[in-house]
Amino acid sequence: MRTEARFKWLPTPFRSLLLFSVWLLLNNSVSAGHLILGAILAVVIPLATNPFRTKQPLILHPWKALKHFFLVLYDIITANIQVALLILGPSKKLQPGFVKVPLDLDQAMPITILASTVSLTPGTVSAEVYPWKESLAEDEEPEQRYLLIHVLNLKDEQELINTIKQRYEAPLKEIFEC
Amino acid sequence: MAEWIISILLLIGGSFVLVGSIGLVKMPDFFMRLHGPTKATTLGMACLLTAAMVFFSQSEAGISLKEILISIFLLLTAPISGYMLIKSAIHHKLDSIERTKGKDNIEDDV
Repeated sequence: MRTEARFKWLPTPFRSLLLFSVWLLLNNSVSAGHLILGAILAVVIPLATNPFRTKQPLILHPWKALKHFFLVLYDIITANIQVALLILGPSKKLQPGFVKVPLDLDQAMPITILASTVSLTPGTVSAEVYPWKESLAEDEEPEQRYLLIHVLNLKDEQELINTIKQRYEAPLKEIFEC
Repeated sequence: MAEWIISILLLIGGSFVLVGSIGLVKMPDFFMRLHGPTKATTLGMACLLTAAMVFFSQSEAGISLKEILISIFLLLTAPISGYMLIKSAIHHKLDSIERTKGKDNIEDDV
């Protein structure tokens, strides 16, 4: 895990890239003027806002991140179709349930990404991260964190936990190296 | 040709959003209701926005990619709003239907 970027003048390289592309998309043009203005904004805004930020782990493997993004995108499409079928089918047959998934991640940013992907993918909505932040003393690190999820149609609890851990959590661990 | 693509995308998108709303009405308890709007609508909105992209790309000069921003924004906010809703539901101890498994996994808040 690394929180400091390689260059001091570019504290969050991928956020800069995002700002740059958002600027170009908002203006809907790739003219020289917008390229230059976008590049300046992409450098200045992260530098100016950097002191306000809490340190988060950086993306260390951008290609793996991109691959993971497309995997999640594919899963979102299948999730939509699956959930649509579940909704249209008889709702009496559904077996809802709460499942606690033990987490290996311990940083806020990767956990947020994991929770959001879980919410967007087949039949699961993330509900809570245990232990409660309020129940911990300041700077206290809990031994084990859990993600509470609600499942629309629970078949095999252990299998679901394994899928989430292998398919979504393991790549995140690699991307952030934490 | 483009008109066909736009119409098909609009129909697919519309039906996904409709299914999401049907889920909202049909499901028996709050937690299950949440699944429809958080998921079925993301693909529906994606289809509608792609339709908008095709429409504006062929009717105006140049291709229009602004709609990508809307879909990124939706992808970021849909899980967060779902999370806030389910978190407050748990806080208020809303009842889930009886056959729900693993209710003891919910911890009491402080």
